[in-house]
Amino acid sequence: LSSRGGTARARSGIAPLLLLPSRSNILPWRWQPFRRVCSPGSAKDGSSCPLSNTLLPVKQEQAKAEPVPDLNAKTLYEDWDDVPPSSALEEISEEEAVQIIAEPIPPLQSSTLRDYVDHSETLTKLVHLGVNLSQVEKRQKAGQLLLTLDFERDIKKILLFLKDVGVEDNQLGSFLTKNPYILAEDLEALETRVAYLQSKKFGKAEIAQMVSRAPYLLLFSVERLDNRLGFFKNELGLTVKKTKDLVIRLPRLLTGKLEPVKETLQVCQVELGFQRNEIQQIVFKTPKILTASKKRLRETFDYLHNIMGIPHHMLTRFPQVFNSKLLRIKERHMFLKFLGRAQYDPAQPSYISLDQLVSLPNEVFCTEIAKASIQDFEKFLKTL
Amino acid sequence: LNAIAERAPRQHIRFLPSPDGDPGLVATKVPVLADHPLVKGPRFRQLKIGPGHRLDTKSSGVFVLGIGHGNKLLTDLYNCHLTKVYTVGGLFGKATDDFSDTGRLVEKTTFDHITREKLERIIAVIQGSNHKALLMYSNIDMKTQEAYELAVKGLIRPMEKSPPLITAIRCLQLALPEFQLEIHCLHETQQYLRKIVHEIGLELKSSAVCTQVRRIRDGVFTLDDALLRTQWNLQTIQKAIWDCQLKVKTELEKTL
Repeated sequence: LSSRGGTARARSGIAPLLLLPSRSNILPWRWQPFRRVCSPGSAKDGSSCPLSNTLLPVKQEQAKAEPVPDLNAKTLYEDWDDVPPSSALEEISEEEAVQIIAEPIPPLQSSTLRDYVDHSETLTKLVHLGVNLSQVEKRQKAGQLLLTLDFERDIKKILLFLKDVGVEDNQLGSFLTKNPYILAEDLEALETRVAYLQSKKFGKAEIAQMVSRAPYLLLFSVERLDNRLGFFKNELGLTVKKTKDLVIRLPRLLTGKLEPVKETLQVCQVELGFQRNEIQQIVFKTPKILTASKKRLRETFDYLHNIMGIPHHMLTRFPQVFNSKLLRIKERHMFLKFLGRAQYDPAQPSYISLDQLVSLPNEVFCTEIAKASIQDFEKFLKTL
Repeated sequence: LNAIAERAPRQHIRFLPSPDGDPGLVATKVPVLADHPLVKGPRFRQLKIGPGHRLDTKSSGVFVLGIGHGNKLLTDLYNCHLTKVYTVGGLFGKATDDFSDTGRLVEKTTFDHITREKLERIIAVIQGSNHKALLMYSNIDMKTQEAYELAVKGLIRPMEKSPPLITAIRCLQLALPEFQLEIHCLHETQQYLRKIVHEIGLELKSSAVCTQVRRIRDGVFTLDDALLRTQWNLQTIQKAIWDCQLKVKTELEKTL
């Protein structure tokens, strides 16, 4: 595809000088670095024209007819092996005419990827895959990374690798939206990490599940993964098999920060007063508690234990209550107290189990547990 | 809101080489990828929501919000100076530094001598003094016919800024040590209501703290129109706005 450079003559001495520091060799645009243009007014340095990589749309007919002495042009070009620029008024064949593409150029600097989507094949293909570019461009440097990569060369290999690992086709889009940095990783490093996980006896389907739920997992090096697995094993005191089970169910544990987890465990032990084996049980049932905020844990526990009067062993049996919203627990408990049905001790009649208290949707809760209509519940809520 | 508001992507005409291989160009309509929802992002990233009359963190009840263009109506509503109705719950026997039950305890007193009559007597005194202040701040000459007509309809109230005024107050229930009052007021803050509770306690030669402040009515908006937290979704909000529109319009036209 050869596009002839149009001979746009620079006006009165100033050749447009646009600097393209990093883009010129990377983007496969349909123009070529322009040949040297001699400016008629630069008498001082007549022999050296400023080197200009000008971006100029190729026009099919040149309107400018400024008189540049041909002699000047001839003498200048005699020294070089370059072919002298052809005049724009030459006739070209039909095929070449068809192949000339004259489009408005994309901007050099932009804060969104929207301006480049129509021009870049990489971005187009990513959009068709399902990557949400509006979210990717908000991350640091991710937009620049995507523009500099080439679909055929780099991205394809990594996508095939991900498919091998087991990520589904329709999940690739959301995966890349959350973790575009994986496209810059080295393929061998990624393969080593997957091999490490397999050596730790994680099955293929389990690895696929972990990777799709925690997209950052494969960015961590082998030592880091090892450290983290060891940390959880030691802190929680669980067996290897249980730790693996936990990690498969919540792979976010491996990718998140470790300090807050440690602090949460401390809170559970010291402030809330749970024993070590109770903590193990709770964490095994609901690993999400490790990533919950300490303030929320403290407030929920305070309400459950002191105001609702639920003892520790009941909370160990139903740790889901810690994950639900405090307001919900409060509203439902107050409604039950108002009706006189707030009985959480399994020994007594008409006992209400804690997991039903929190997990049921409103309508079912009203009809089954509270034995009242949902309008009554709403009216009661308005009196709070 | 973003799900219904997606615009169809723009189409633009591009000349692509024809697929058959002849040297010609075919004009095809291709959607501009820059308008694809995955590239553009959601259409609404933020909504302008403005609050109506202030409500404390410790109080609950009807809270009016204006969305988008409705914010302009909020200033009009504020200038209408309509009364608000509160249910205030109190507890005899304690006094705290910030007049509510979560503050630091200052003193404890007995309250056995309090009866309903005494409470109602105090309340009547408060209502009377506030009524006088109401008449004074409403800046209407009391000797005119116009004033008489307004008073008959019950529409005398100050139309500019004024200190907090109580237009009506009555006792809903008294079950020692707890009691509940219903207060109609203008230009108040919730802390002022708590202070009133404290003062009632002092007048009755005891002390009181406020346990609950709940706004039942804010101008034209009542508890029935209010939406619960579980009902905060697009359809219910739209329906609520639609239902209240007529009321708001008539009230604004009547006053301004």
